[in-house]
Amino acid sequence: MNRFAQLLDRLQREPSRLGKLRLMTDYFRSAPDPDRGFGLAALTGALSFRYAKPGLVKALIATRVDPVLFDLSYDFVGDLSETVALLWPAGAAEEEDALPLSTVVRALSDTGKIDLPRVLAELLDGLDETGRWALLKLITGAMRIGASARLAKQAVAKLGGKGIDEIEDLWHGLALPYIGLFAWLEGREPRPITDDPAPFCPAMLAHALEEEELTDLPPAEFFAEWKWDGIRVQAVVGEKSGKVVRLFSRTGEDISAAFPDLVDMLASLPCRTVSIDGELLIRRDGRVQSFSVLQQRLNRKRVCAALLADYPAHIRAYDLLSLDGEDLRALPFFERRRGLEAFVACADTARLDLSPSIDFKSWDFLAAARRDPLAAGVGPDAAAIEGVMLKRCDSAYVPGRPKGLWYKWKRDPFTIDAVLMYAQRGHGKRSSFYSDYTFGVWHQTAEGEALVAVGKAYFGFTDEELGKLDHYVRNHTSNRFGPVREIAHGKEEGLVLEIAFDGVNRSSRHKSGVAMRFPRINRIRWDKPVREADRLEALDALLRE
Amino acid sequence: MRTGDLLALRPAGLYCEAGDFYIDPIHAVPRALITHAHADHARPGHEAVLATDDTLAVMAIRYGAAFAGETQAIGYGENLRIADADVCFYPAGHVLGSAQILVQDAGSRIVVSGDFKREADPTCAPFEPIACDTFVSEATFGLPIFRHSHSRNEIAKLVASLRLFPERTHLVGAYAFGKAQRLIALLRQAGHDRPIYIHGALEKLTEYYASRGIALGNVRKVTGATDLAGEIVLCPPSSTNDLWSRKFAEPLVAFASGWMRVRARARQSGIELPLVVSDHADWDGLCATAVETGCSELLVTHGEADALVHYAQTRGIAAEPLHFTGYGDDEATPAETAA
Ligand SMILES: [Zn+2]
Ligand SMILES: [Zn+2]
Repeated sequence: MNRFAQLLDRLQREPSRLGKLRLMTDYFRSAPDPDRGFGLAALTGALSFRYAKPGLVKALIATRVDPVLFDLSYDFVGDLSETVALLWPAGAAEEEDALPLSTVVRALSDTGKIDLPRVLAELLDGLDETGRWALLKLITGAMRIGASARLAKQAVAKLGGKGIDEIEDLWHGLALPYIGLFAWLEGREPRPITDDPAPFCPAMLAHALEEEELTDLPPAEFFAEWKWDGIRVQAVVGEKSGKVVRLFSRTGEDISAAFPDLVDMLASLPCRTVSIDGELLIRRDGRVQSFSVLQQRLNRKRVCAALLADYPAHIRAYDLLSLDGEDLRALPFFERRRGLEAFVACADTARLDLSPSIDFKSWDFLAAARRDPLAAGVGPDAAAIEGVMLKRCDSAYVPGRPKGLWYKWKRDPFTIDAVLMYAQRGHGKRSSFYSDYTFGVWHQTAEGEALVAVGKAYFGFTDEELGKLDHYVRNHTSNRFGPVREIAHGKEEGLVLEIAFDGVNRSSRHKSGVAMRFPRINRIRWDKPVREADRLEALDALLRE
Repeated sequence: MRTGDLLALRPAGLYCEAGDFYIDPIHAVPRALITHAHADHARPGHEAVLATDDTLAVMAIRYGAAFAGETQAIGYGENLRIADADVCFYPAGHVLGSAQILVQDAGSRIVVSGDFKREADPTCAPFEPIACDTFVSEATFGLPIFRHSHSRNEIAKLVASLRLFPERTHLVGAYAFGKAQRLIALLRQAGHDRPIYIHGALEKLTEYYASRGIALGNVRKVTGATDLAGEIVLCPPSSTNDLWSRKFAEPLVAFASGWMRVRARARQSGIELPLVVSDHADWDGLCATAVETGCSELLVTHGEADALVHYAQTRGIAAEPLHFTGYGDDEATPAETAA
C-alpha cells in the first residue's frame, strides 16, 4: 500500500502532465503483479466495491470522532478521504509495503457487510496518514489527483512503447488485474484478445474553436452540422448467440439499463452488427426537447412506463464507426457519413434520425447560422442547439481529442452582473478555499428592492483570483449558517461578479424561478457599485426568448 | 462576555477600562499592550506601547524607530500596575519576545494569550500555562485535523530531499519573522552545517535573532546571479513563485506552515515539499491549554473558533468566539499572501 499511497500523494502534488505521466509509468514498471493492475484500476476509476462506500467511511469515523468536530473538519478540508485520514487516531506506520494493494482491494471487495467496518478499521490502524488517505480514496472513488483515466492509460502504454489508442481499443475487453496487458506491454506475451461482442470504441472529441482559427481553414474542406444539446452516446449492436445491444456514454460507461426504449429500437435495426456515434435526446411530438427536459429523465432512478411515455428517448446520429463486422473508423468522414445516411434511411425508425448537415459556402454564413439557428432553417428543434460542429471531410475517427480535425463552435455565452451573496468551501482541488459562490440580482420583492439568489458558480477564475476572493469572503462575512458564509451585500456594500452562462431554464426549485445553465465567473468587478448590478428581469427576458 | 467588567470588546480590539489600555488593537490607540510583533497583532502608530524588549525591538526593525509615541519594556514575570489593573507578561512560546498578558483586578484574572504554541522552540522561551478565570485563546489550527508532528520530523524531510535532489535549490517559503529563524535554528539542531541563504527581506530580523545569542550558524544573504544548487534558500512566502526565484537551479519549492497539513492548501499553491512547521498550537495543544489554565471561561479571538468552543463546552467550560476580524495573517499560505 505504501508504494501506491506514495504514488497518489506525489501525483496530487505534481503540477505538470509530463511529470505525472513519468510518476505513473515508473510505478507500473516497478510495482509487482497483481498490485500494479489494481493500481491501474484505481487510477482509471475501474474499481468499485459493493459495500465499501463513502457512507461506510462516514459511519466509521462517527464512532471515533465527535460528530460536530467531524462536520467542522470536513467542511474545512472539503475531501472526505483526507478529512478521515487526518482525523483517524494515529497508528503505527506501515512496515515497508507490508500490506500489498491487492490484499487491501480484496479485503474491501470480499468482506461482507457486517464485518467490513471492523476490517476497514484494522486496515486504517495499520497505515500512516498518507496510507489512510490513499485507502480511503479507493473507497470513495474520487481520486481528484489531477490525473485522468486517459493519462493513466497513456502511462501504461508508455511502458511498452505503445500508443494510447492501442490501449483504448483493448480496454473494454480487459479484466482486473490486467496480467495479460502488462505481459504484452513488457513483450512477454502476444497482444491480449478480447471477445467482447459489443465493445466500446473510445470517442473522438472536438476542440473548442477559436474564431481567429477560421481564417486558416478552407470552408470547402469542412462539413458542418448542429451541435445538439443532449448526451453524447455510442450505440453498439453485436452478436453472440443472439443480439447484444449496448448504449455507452462518451466515456464508455454502459447506460443501457436506463434506456430500454432505445435498446429495443437498436435490437431491431436491419444489420448484424453496428456501432453508431450520436446524441441522445428527448423527442416528443416530433420535436427535440431542450436539455432540461432530458435532465428530468436522467434524474429518475426508476425507469417506469410513464417515464418512457413522457420522455421518449431518441438518437440523432453523427457517425458510423462499424457496420456488419467492418471497422469503418479509418475511412474519411464523408465516406462514413454516406454510409450513415444510407443506414439511417434503411433503418426507418422513429427513434433514430440523421444529424442534418448545414450547407454553407463561407464562414460568415455559418457564423450567422450559429447566431440564429431558427433563421437558418433548423425548424422546431432550435431549443436543443448549442452551437455548430465542424468536421474535416477527410478526417478518420481518431480516439481522444486530435488536433485540427473536429471543432465545436458553441454559441456565445450570455453575461449578467450579479452580487456575491454566500460562499462555501469548495471540494477537490479547491477544498479549504471559499470557492463556491452564490450570487444574486436585484428584484422588487414585497419587502422592497432586494437581492435574490439566482445561481452558484465555482469556476472561471484563476488561482490568484481565488486567493483574492477567498480573502474577500473571510473579511466580509456578515453571518454564518453552518458551512455557509453570508457575505455582506446590500445597496451600499458588496462585490459584483460578471457571470457568464449558456442559457436559462424555468425552475421551481429556485426562489427566483429561473436556473442558469453552466454559470461561471467571467470577471470580478472589484470596483463596480452594487447598485449597478443587473435585475431579475434581465434573466426573465431570456426565458421568454 | 462575562469578563465585561475587566475587558470589553471594542472595534479596535480588547479593551481594559480599569487600566485604560487595549491589548493588540488593530487601530492606533492611546495605550496598547502588545503580545508579540507579528503585524496582525502589533500595529504602528499607538501613542504608548508596553511590550517585551524583543517585541519592541522587532517592531522598531519592521516599522522604524518612531513606530509609537513612547514605549516601555516589561520583562517576563514582572508585575506592573496600570491605573486600577495589574498586568504581567508570561512567555507564549510563539516567536521571540511573544507573551501572554495576565490582567487582573480584585475580582478576576484574565489571560490574553495572543498567539502561542506548546512545542519546544530553540528561538523563544517556552509557553507557561497561567491559572486564570478567563483564558483568551487563538484557534488558528482549531480543528482536530491539525495535529502537527514534531518539527524535527519535518526538518528531516527537508534534509532528506536535499540529499535526494542535490542539483536543485531548495527554496523554502517561510514567514519572515519567527518561522524563518526557527527553521534555521532547527536545521542547525539537526546537524545541517552548510551555509543557509536568505532573501534580503529576512536579513535584519535574522541578524537581530543572532544578536540575541540564538545559534543560527553561517547565514548568508542571496546576492548576484548564483544558482545555489543543493543549498537551502529561505524567502518570504510570496517570493517562492516570483521572478526572483527563477535564478536558482531548478528550484524545489518547499513551504513551512501549519496549513501544509491539508493537501489542498499545499497543492493549490504549487508546493512540492510541504513542511508542517507551525508557530501556533495544534488542536491537542489548544485543547490541553484551555484545560490546564483551569479557566471557567474561554474566549476565542481568531481562527477556527467553532470547534474549540465546542470542545471547551463539552469539558464544562463556558466558551464563545469573539467574532473579531483583523488577526490571523502570520501563517498565510502563498495563495493568500499573493493576494
Ligand atoms: Zn503571531
Ligand atoms: Zn495571530
